[in-house]
Amino acid sequence: MNIEKTSKSLLKEFWPQMSKWTTRELIWLGFWGIIFLVGLYALYVQIVEGHVVTGMRDHVIWGVYIVNFIFFIGIGYTGAIVGGLLHLFDAEWRKPLMRIAALMTVISVIIGPLYILLCIGRLDRLYYLFIYPRLQSPIIWDVVAVMTFLVGGILFLYLLAIRDFAILSRSEETMPAWRRKIYLFMSAGFINTRMQRHDLKLALNVLSLLLIPTVIIVSSVLSWIFGMTLRPGWHSTIFGPYFVLAAVYTGTGVLVLLMYAFRKLHNLGAYIQERHFVYVGYMLIAMAAGYGYFTFSEYLTDWYTSEKWNAELIHKLMDLNQYGWMFYFANFAGILLPILLIGIPKFRSINTITFSAALLVIAMWFKRYLIIVPTLETPLLPMQDIRPEYVNYSATWVEWALTGAGIAMFMILFKVASKYIPIVPIWETSEMIEKEKQTKAATNGQPQPSLS
Amino acid sequence: MDNSNSKRRNFIRTGLALGLASVAGATKLLGEPDEKKPAHNHTVKLLSPDGEIVEVDTADLKVETHEHAGTMARTITGREGIEGRKFVMVIDLGKCRNARKCIVACNKMHHIPEEKEWLQVKLMKDNENAAPYWFPKTCFHCDNPPCVKVCPVDATFKRSDGLVLIDNERCIGCKFCMAGCPYSTRVFNWGEPEITEPATCPPYSPESSTPSKHSTVEKCDFCPDMVRQGKLPDCVTACPNGVFYFGDENEDTVTNGSETVRFSQLIKDKAGYRFMEELGTKPRVYYLPPSNRMFPVERGFKNLTDDQKARFKDVQ
Ligand code: SF4
Ligand code: SF4
Repeated sequence: MNIEKTSKSLLKEFWPQMSKWTTRELIWLGFWGIIFLVGLYALYVQIVEGHVVTGMRDHVIWGVYIVNFIFFIGIGYTGAIVGGLLHLFDAEWRKPLMRIAALMTVISVIIGPLYILLCIGRLDRLYYLFIYPRLQSPIIWDVVAVMTFLVGGILFLYLLAIRDFAILSRSEETMPAWRRKIYLFMSAGFINTRMQRHDLKLALNVLSLLLIPTVIIVSSVLSWIFGMTLRPGWHSTIFGPYFVLAAVYTGTGVLVLLMYAFRKLHNLGAYIQERHFVYVGYMLIAMAAGYGYFTFSEYLTDWYTSEKWNAELIHKLMDLNQYGWMFYFANFAGILLPILLIGIPKFRSINTITFSAALLVIAMWFKRYLIIVPTLETPLLPMQDIRPEYVNYSATWVEWALTGAGIAMFMILFKVASKYIPIVPIWETSEMIEKEKQTKAATNGQPQPSLS
Repeated sequence: MDNSNSKRRNFIRTGLALGLASVAGATKLLGEPDEKKPAHNHTVKLLSPDGEIVEVDTADLKVETHEHAGTMARTITGREGIEGRKFVMVIDLGKCRNARKCIVACNKMHHIPEEKEWLQVKLMKDNENAAPYWFPKTCFHCDNPPCVKVCPVDATFKRSDGLVLIDNERCIGCKFCMAGCPYSTRVFNWGEPEITEPATCPPYSPESSTPSKHSTVEKCDFCPDMVRQGKLPDCVTACPNGVFYFGDENEDTVTNGSETVRFSQLIKDKAGYRFMEELGTKPRVYYLPPSNRMFPVERGFKNLTDDQKARFKDVQ
């Protein structure tokens, strides 16, 4: 069979990358390892001394931890929703990207919730969430949502990878026996019979279909942690969809960055091609436009009616001596610039798309910061506190170190995962290559638009 | 003041206080008069929870000590309200001169250090032309408490007597209730809490709210352990100007320690209102507007240190 032959040659190409660590990779790993260890030390300090080592105080009770939580969870949700949608629409070009999307989902959804744990003062009582849960609390909704989603994400990653595990377990490449055994075990007896193909496809379809509403629900639940409070800037009816879109937008940005990184580092130019960047770039434009629209209507309504606290908050956000710079950066660099850079054909290239993605990912982190911190600094009653650290929030080294540790964890997990599971799915990519060959033959070599 | 009138007041005052004290004990004992108890043959009059004056043998009265209240609260977990009660507070803004005696008393009672304030006195100015006024703020013990709604582990709860309390042995320190409370009432123990005069600290119960526990949330609790002993919350008795009126909505009586009045009448006569009614939290604390001031607002700055004065610079 052709697919088998193609996949064999693909594996041959990828195998050197998967079977050994280069010095450069080890240095990379070491670098992030150190950052991670610094974070662990910060965690130790925080656990021993309490949250007093953070910049959080009675008014600004949440800081960069919750920002990181929203950020990572959002990225995680994206892998699933983008992967799921593309799978359902059967966009052929998606196939080389599916592994990155699925890995991104699982890794981020593992990291994100760690940040919410950092916000909890009494980790020794964490199990109370399970023995005394109160269903009215949005935190319990979130616990349920994240756990459900994690299971869904892992299943998605796994089901998409079964065929590659099967290929790996039967490959002619040399690998330690234990590794082959694990691949064999993970392939769950997949030997490519018609029935297995059918079942797998069905399972993936159902799962994709389920993941999409799940992502919408869990993202909304996340936003309701804020939306359910009586706080200016949080108590908003559009927070659900706003967060869903923000999550997917950021996540797609991260997807582009990952595509770029692996394309460069693993020499995957043949599989992760310019057209992939362009298609994902189009998705980014659509999302940026939608997100911009939400942002505009959110701020416009608050500003126009100028209810006391909303007016105060908007003033804080726009004032260049307060949050102005961050506000303009988040909303212009994060929304407008990507639209222009990707939208105007003259500028459009792998580099500008990646640049826009980097810009928007950073901008969206700040955007979350703007949602959390200024609101908490604008309570309904005047603070009248003499302790400056209680009035204005600024993150301490502990919080930055732990933020760094989260990024390090992301990098390390991705790198390690790429050693055990091909970053470009072998089976699906072979399928795509074969299909494209066939259409090419059928149309006598006429190039075909491959967005199916 | 007319002598007989003040006697009557005094009677009602003790009556109310004792009524609060004996609510658990006396109502139960009144229902079971045969119970064997050493009789003191000495009776007192007190207000029953239904607002009737009853005579009870002193032997049947439980006069709690602080410690006793603590252990008692322990056996009843502090989660059940005092039966038949519905506590309310009325704060008369016209009388406050920022003497800060309530804060000092509250901190002493709860063994919390000076910089931690469960009870705060803010300087408010509603608009440019409005006159500033002092605004003492307790927990409002809201009837529709947003803080309770969001607690994931039932560590903060609403009781049948209207109080919203915290079980610091249950609280996981997620601070969600702090985000939920729109009035910035709750404070968190960011580090190891400082406990002042630990030797006299009662055993922990949600009713004593002390000693503070690290990495958990605290707030004004309306001193239910004092109430169980028939005493008024400390802020009420400490205030030299009688700003705080505390009492029972079921009895329709509130007292500031020197004067006892009908709650409904007070609210009616003095145009009582609840702070930020529009939020729908239904506070159990009512305010009387700062009209007919007893003191000019400047009086409030007299005893303040420069640091404390600096707090209010935005308002002046
Ligand atoms: S004032 Fe705040 S803490 Fe007190 S009951 Fe109301 S919402 Fe809860
Ligand atoms: S901080 Fe404690 S009391 Fe507040 S919501 Fe969390 S668990 Fe409940």
